[in-house]
Amino acid sequence: MSSYRIQGATGEWEVVIGLEVHAQVTSNAKLFSGASTAFGAEPNSQVSLVDAAMPGMLPVPNRECIRQAVRTGMAIEAQINKWSRFDRKNYFYADLPQGYQISQLYHPLVGEGRLLIEADEKAGIPEDKVIGIERIHVEQDAGKLMHDQHPSMSYVDLNRSGVALMEIVSRPDMRSPAEAGAYVRKLRAILRYVGSCDGNMEEGSMRADVNVSVRRPGEELGTRTETKNVNSVRFVMQAIEHEARRQVELIEDGGTVVQETRLFDPGTGTTRSMRSKEDAHDYRYFPDPDLLPLELDDAFLDECRESLPELPDAKRTRYIEELGLSAYNAQVLTAEVETARWFEALLLETATAQGKTPADVAKQASNWLISEFFGALNKIGKELADSPVGHARAAELLALVGKGTISGSIAKQVLETMLETGDSATAIVEREGLKQESDSGAIEAAVDKVLADNADKVEQYKGGKEALFGFFVGQTMKAMQGKANPQVVNEVLRAKLA
Amino acid sequence: MSVTRETVAKIASLARIRMGEDELDRMVPELNSILDWVEQLGEVDVSGVEPMTAVIPQQLRLRDDVVDADPLTGGGVRDKVLANAPAAEHGFFGVPKVIE
Amino acid sequence: MSEITELGVKAIRDGVAGGEFTAREVAEAFNANVAAAAEALNAFIVATPDKAMEAAEKVDADRAAGKPLGKMAGVPIGMKDLFATQGVQTTAASHILEGFVPEYESTVSQKLWDAGAGMLGKLNLDQFAMGSSNETSYFGNVASPWRRSGGDNAVLAPGGSSGGSSAAVAARLCPAATGTDTGGSIRQPAAFTGITGIKPTYGRCSRWGVVAFASSLDQAGPMARSVEDCAIMLEAMAGFDPKDSTSLDLPVPEWSASLDADLKGKKVGIPREYRMEGTDEEILQSWDQGIAWLKDAGADVVDITLPHTKYALPAYYIIAPAEASSNLARYDGVRYGLRELPEGANLQEMYAATRAAGFGDEVKRRILIGTYVLSAGFYDAYYTQAQKVRALIARDFEKAWAECDVILAPTTPTAAFALGDKVDDPLAMYLNDVFSVPASLAGLPAMSVPAGLNSDGLPLGLQVIGKAFDEQGVLNAGLAIEQRAGFTAKPEKWW
Ligand SMILES: [Mg+2]
Ligand SMILES: [Zn+2]
Repeated sequence: MSSYRIQGATGEWEVVIGLEVHAQVTSNAKLFSGASTAFGAEPNSQVSLVDAAMPGMLPVPNRECIRQAVRTGMAIEAQINKWSRFDRKNYFYADLPQGYQISQLYHPLVGEGRLLIEADEKAGIPEDKVIGIERIHVEQDAGKLMHDQHPSMSYVDLNRSGVALMEIVSRPDMRSPAEAGAYVRKLRAILRYVGSCDGNMEEGSMRADVNVSVRRPGEELGTRTETKNVNSVRFVMQAIEHEARRQVELIEDGGTVVQETRLFDPGTGTTRSMRSKEDAHDYRYFPDPDLLPLELDDAFLDECRESLPELPDAKRTRYIEELGLSAYNAQVLTAEVETARWFEALLLETATAQGKTPADVAKQASNWLISEFFGALNKIGKELADSPVGHARAAELLALVGKGTISGSIAKQVLETMLETGDSATAIVEREGLKQESDSGAIEAAVDKVLADNADKVEQYKGGKEALFGFFVGQTMKAMQGKANPQVVNEVLRAKLA
Repeated sequence: MSVTRETVAKIASLARIRMGEDELDRMVPELNSILDWVEQLGEVDVSGVEPMTAVIPQQLRLRDDVVDADPLTGGGVRDKVLANAPAAEHGFFGVPKVIE
Repeated sequence: MSEITELGVKAIRDGVAGGEFTAREVAEAFNANVAAAAEALNAFIVATPDKAMEAAEKVDADRAAGKPLGKMAGVPIGMKDLFATQGVQTTAASHILEGFVPEYESTVSQKLWDAGAGMLGKLNLDQFAMGSSNETSYFGNVASPWRRSGGDNAVLAPGGSSGGSSAAVAARLCPAATGTDTGGSIRQPAAFTGITGIKPTYGRCSRWGVVAFASSLDQAGPMARSVEDCAIMLEAMAGFDPKDSTSLDLPVPEWSASLDADLKGKKVGIPREYRMEGTDEEILQSWDQGIAWLKDAGADVVDITLPHTKYALPAYYIIAPAEASSNLARYDGVRYGLRELPEGANLQEMYAATRAAGFGDEVKRRILIGTYVLSAGFYDAYYTQAQKVRALIARDFEKAWAECDVILAPTTPTAAFALGDKVDDPLAMYLNDVFSVPASLAGLPAMSVPAGLNSDGLPLGLQVIGKAFDEQGVLNAGLAIEQRAGFTAKPEKWW
């Protein structure tokens, strides 16, 4: 259990957090119209007559949006409802052309599911924890209001209006900002594995409504507030911290928390009451009479299930059990779908290049990827996605190490050149003469010279100062410009010093 | 159940219809007579009856995920979308400034 | 040429195709009638004589070129102003849409133009199709062309909401017109004006581009002066539309070619609950007459029961306003139509001012009722209960179909009333639809056929209700009545 507590003036407080994550469904066209969903277009250029709610316009649902929501539901092991309905949520706002949002209240497409967040000591999550997911429903996104273009007017852009969203509603199962952060990160990872949402929080493809309340540990739930549209993991955590503190102070000062909608200000990291949504809403939900009930058949569900990729939890377990990776490596490599894909491609190519099985080379490849390659990329400010070195080239480099053509330390140097020039490892090793010397004749000659030049140290070594062995290795490697096979050097030295 | 003047004012506000005092006064008895009358529905024994969801039994059809497949329901028609706007400005719909 | 305007859809189409007259001559004749009646009847909100001429010239040119002609080729029609017409103002008879010129054409109107019909103009109606007398139109009420015999010159209601359509067809301003029916808006005005109109099965005609009133009930249909003309026009209007999720994905039958007034082997159900108190004696007599005619046509007549009939109207007056309160939320002054922006008003105040100025009283009344019945704490008691009752009403019909093929009933409880008679009493006005609403709630095809005149010289209509998808059965029974009623009365011209 998380022991995260807020220290108030009157004692400890526990924070209770539930998240409603809105994730934009990856689709070409909108949920109920044929207009494009592409990001960044000219204002109102991706708006159909349907999206603008012209008189007499009608919604026709996009199969792909339903399919992606179902696949997402399956990925969180949720109940998929073969019978669901669209409801109208009625309210007036300039970004909502119909005067209602088509959503699902009474019969959502996806029911009860779950999501595992992993233990993370450092972050304050002592053990694995399952967060309940209440439902996923499909709904329309709203348009966008711009307030800075005109002194007395706001401008309405309906490009986003009608884009499909999945609203993923968690149970109030989280107890610390860290857990909420881990939940959003894990959810984002799963969406990206599934391919149902690009998870791009900056572009607004994923945003969270953060429900926070505080209570004395073990007591009844307090009144919650909902902070809307928080669009990064960091902001989610900040919003919770600020909001929980604000509530604690308010209560301790004798006030009461009011159930309200709040806005997060990323500039100050604080939340404030939302004036425009102030008046108590009565959304008058009722089934959308323009749409019949949505009934899914087994063939549709089967296709959804069969098209699901291996998901992060399963992959992590497999990496540990079948590939023999450390728990840490498995965690790092499965956290993001791109990393896992990259790693698996690298693994396959490395195994092929060395005539081995993936399991044989998994440790080598995973260690190299995490400790060498990520570090090198980091140095040049790049991510795996835009790495100048692809997995084929990387496998070639690893094969050179595996076959003993170059040493690990030379490999580092070669990788740097690869990242700089884009040339292949083989070409660089060839061009720069970095091939490792394994011929014991040459190495013996070098060792003989090192031992002769350092007779005093040999004396000391033989006198019991065994730590000097590393010195002799270093000198030999230096004499051979780092190209000697370290194993052979070791063997020769041991023999000569015996 | 009958509605009070206050309720009617609340409903009118929820429906975003501005109503003067006179109009409210007129509306209250009118709405009450209609509501009184529809409340006879309460007499009907509906136990075990599901509310109607589709008048004619049929399934919801889903469309393919194709952009602008039908020009009548596709995008790229900004001029048409803005043609009747009371305040179209620089490709946007203009509304009184909203403070969030 | 004056007798051209006496012709119906089929006669005009065949006359044009056979070269008896040109489509141009037809359009000119009706354009003239439309213009002449503009003030007195107020049936049209906008006349579009050029559109009618343009379509006619195209038909004449196609005929001259030997091209195949459509089902409605050369027939100019009136278009209820609830259908969006590209480039022509579309208002739903509301101030809130005054000046709105759609950039799109409704599916149904497009199909009619594709079939060779031309548009004489946009017909007046009750505002947002809410009303039974056409008195809620922002553009003034429509006057029925009919007057009571005996010198009473009271202006009569043409019925509603398709009152412009009914008046125009009865007064020979057009051979046919489109209507829409949510709770009786085709059938009741047809009955009031001695014409024929059919509301097909829910989903037969696309709702795409038709200003929505109550989505689960709205259905377009033809209004004309004969059963056959309705059949022809319905063929042109109906058909699957992928843009409407509730559109029926079924082929359109050849209703007109299959018309058959021989009802041998058919069973006609007479619902005992329709013998309601308050129904005009002459209406009941005409119903009995209708029963006799259908027997004469070979049908067996059986008594049936539709036990929840009494609850149809109250259920309707929950469901329709609920849907309307939401459907009409889009009229907010942001993207089209009226905007009222008082000095210093914020967005929400602009909405409230715009909607206050833009909607008429009846529309406001229904929006408020709808908002109330959906609001927190009342939803189940009103809306859910109404949808359950609706399911029971549909079940009543289902059971009835075990015993009969079609149902015969009056269309309305009275003949046309005078304008102003019921305008201050919403409930009395609502009761007009008592016989038409049950079929609407169940989505069933239903039509009104003129049965004769009452003692005041006003038309009375009989209603035939059929099974879902069985427009043919409805049309056939309608034809049997039509043939026996021999209704040839027409309003005496006073305009
Ligand atoms: Mg929310
Ligand atoms: Zn939502």
